[in-house]
Amino acid sequence: MDMDALFLARVQFAFTVSFHFIFPAFSIGLASYLAVLEALWLKTGRSEFLDLFKFWLKIFAVAFAMGVVSGIVMSYQFGTNWAVFSDRTGPVLGPLMAYEVLTAFFLEAGFLGVMLFGLEKVGRKLHFAATLMVALGTFVSAFWILSVNSWMQTPAGYEIAANGQFLPGPSWLEVIFNPSFPYRLLHTVTAAYLTTAFAVGAVGAWHLLRNREEPHARIMFSMAMWMAALVAPVQIFLGDAHGLNTLEHQPAKVMAMEGHYESHPDGAPLILFGVPDSEAGDVKYAVEIPKASSLILKHDPNAPLAGLDTVAPEDRPPVGPVFWAFRVMVGLGFAMLGIGLWSLLARVRGRLYDWSWLHRAAIAMGPSGFVAVIAGWITTEVGRQPWTVYGLLRTEDSASPLAAPAVASSLLAFVVVYFAVFGVGTWYILRLMAKGAHPGELGVKRGDTGPIRTAGITPGPTQNPGYSERLPDGDGEPD
Amino acid sequence: MDLTLIWAFVIAFAVFAYVVMDGFDLGIGVLFPGFKVGVERDAAMNSIAPVWDGNETWLVLGGGGLFAAFPLAYAVILPATYPLIVAMLLGLVFRGVAFEFRWRDPRHRAFWDLAFFGGSLAAALSQGMILGALLQGIAVENRAYAGSWWDWLTPYTLLTGLGTVAGYALLGATWLVWKLEGAAQAHARRQAVRAAWATIALMGAVSLYNLVLRPEYAERWLSAPELYFAAPVPLATGAVALLLLRALAKEREAAPFWLSLGLFLLGMAGLGVTIFPHVVPPDVTIWDAAAPHRSQVFMLIGVALTMPLILAYTGWAYWVFRGKVGHEGYH
Repeated sequence: MDMDALFLARVQFAFTVSFHFIFPAFSIGLASYLAVLEALWLKTGRSEFLDLFKFWLKIFAVAFAMGVVSGIVMSYQFGTNWAVFSDRTGPVLGPLMAYEVLTAFFLEAGFLGVMLFGLEKVGRKLHFAATLMVALGTFVSAFWILSVNSWMQTPAGYEIAANGQFLPGPSWLEVIFNPSFPYRLLHTVTAAYLTTAFAVGAVGAWHLLRNREEPHARIMFSMAMWMAALVAPVQIFLGDAHGLNTLEHQPAKVMAMEGHYESHPDGAPLILFGVPDSEAGDVKYAVEIPKASSLILKHDPNAPLAGLDTVAPEDRPPVGPVFWAFRVMVGLGFAMLGIGLWSLLARVRGRLYDWSWLHRAAIAMGPSGFVAVIAGWITTEVGRQPWTVYGLLRTEDSASPLAAPAVASSLLAFVVVYFAVFGVGTWYILRLMAKGAHPGELGVKRGDTGPIRTAGITPGPTQNPGYSERLPDGDGEPD
Repeated sequence: MDLTLIWAFVIAFAVFAYVVMDGFDLGIGVLFPGFKVGVERDAAMNSIAPVWDGNETWLVLGGGGLFAAFPLAYAVILPATYPLIVAMLLGLVFRGVAFEFRWRDPRHRAFWDLAFFGGSLAAALSQGMILGALLQGIAVENRAYAGSWWDWLTPYTLLTGLGTVAGYALLGATWLVWKLEGAAQAHARRQAVRAAWATIALMGAVSLYNLVLRPEYAERWLSAPELYFAAPVPLATGAVALLLLRALAKEREAAPFWLSLGLFLLGMAGLGVTIFPHVVPPDVTIWDAAAPHRSQVFMLIGVALTMPLILAYTGWAYWVFRGKVGHEGYH
């Protein structure tokens, strides 16, 4: 098929899925964090936890909406732009996606209304159950979609029909729990929790810089820093395990990650930085540690590691993007660990809430999770090329019969709309974050005619003169 | 037991559920400019704020279900209607974020109201046109779409598009009749009457057009003995239409919404009668496109286990937010 149309289709998929993933990366962690906050409020009765719950609920509502609408785009894009892939893999991957809708999407969407608007409508325990269902739904969603992606990377449990379709074998467990799935699931879900932790930490730190005594900021910052300290090291370990699994099943991807154009028969170097040059087949200006790659990947500094010279040229992934995305991700992972360790030191010294440099660093690391997850996805997806189903179906054979102008138009439309709409949405979230959590947070209000019948806590005009008839901005404060 | 037939009904059910549930959400969006700024618009949006996301999820089940149960159909219909799908998706983006952004940014409320309207209209129109493109037939060769870039744009698809917009407006207006009070409700009722007439007229027009669209459709509807099985559908549709107009005239509260739903059910039943057993007219039957037995069984178990739960908690969520979206001052 037409190379331009193929390239455009790939760019469109990469663009829409990257944008999309930013939101669930946040929603998965945030839904669980909201459940934790609500649980702490129910258990301790402290109003700060309710304030924090309502504060983050507003942000969650915006982020979740953006995740939903960008997610629907993905579910249809398999069909519109990757019709051959859809036809071929439908029998195997279709059911997994159907289960995602049946067990996750309906669950989170079904209980979202009560979670956002039902605090005064249903009892406390029932509301908490709704919050838990939304959090569970986000996790179950990750389970199924990562199983789908993992099957594309390490297909298992299939047979191939005469017409080229992949058919499920006798065991669905083999399909779902394919070789890379457990590693990818743990690594990605942990990444989502860390992403949220650092976002929360940055918000807490931001408000601590303004007022170190502010109770909500203290709670947020402390919780986030515990996550950083305890979970960042776990994530590094999980990433390593994931990498070892990838070495076994997708060696070409690891070769690209490592920048190993050539095989190393006794001990491969760890290339820290450099500029991969696929034309020449080497990494220019390389800064490397001899034998360290073999040490990490094989636990033996002298172990041989094959390079891309053992892979046919048409089967090699692009090295540059994979090499660099991997380094960005790992670098940020270690930076997260650094913040975690720094926060532990601050705690030991009793300075967690007044070490301004730590707070500034935490603010700078606010977006680190978002950048790291995108870098990670670039590593694994570009590293999967030139396959959509690794070793079995090539990307160039997977696309729909669409002409370049068609895909160019849709790509342009997505780029413009996504930057505009999601850019504005992100700005609204940042504004909410800057406002901070206050005592007596009103949560997700919708003016006087909210979905709850009674107007709730907002006093009417006779009880609160000066409260105008203009639409309130939903944060419970006078306009 | 023919699992393929069962799956055809499951997909049809998912599409029907989507159409009626997101139908009234999109219908409210389409009617939005007609509501007064302030309490009327707020109330209209708030009547669906807790349920729109769950409603929209049926669209993902419809598409995802098609991918899973009839992968060839999914792989052919979507590229065939490419610009319509893209327009629908972008419309849904604007409609979806408008729910949140409208409240976040009162200074730009007018813009987000326009986004809510425009997005809903784009989604409704595209969905109707996709239906039309399907009914008029899609060229398939070697398991791939083989038609041209503009096949989806014809007078027929524009007609089905408009019919869908009118139908959604009817669902939206009758939903508001049920959920609103006072002047806002009276306004919704007037809009419902207009939408009812438009929907009935356009449904009639599409049904008649179907008879000349493809010879096999005329044969299906007009030749005996199929005629005796098919005839009840237009008769029942006519009856429901009359009941609907009467219910609106008598200022009934909930009946108009349920009767509109009935109208949609009959309309979809009619479409099913028209194209059965094809999932992609004229050449691809449900058996041509069906996923293998193992996939069908695996998913059917999932549907059987989860669907009762889904319907239960969805019903519960609607029940929590039952009653009028009022305008009261205190607890």
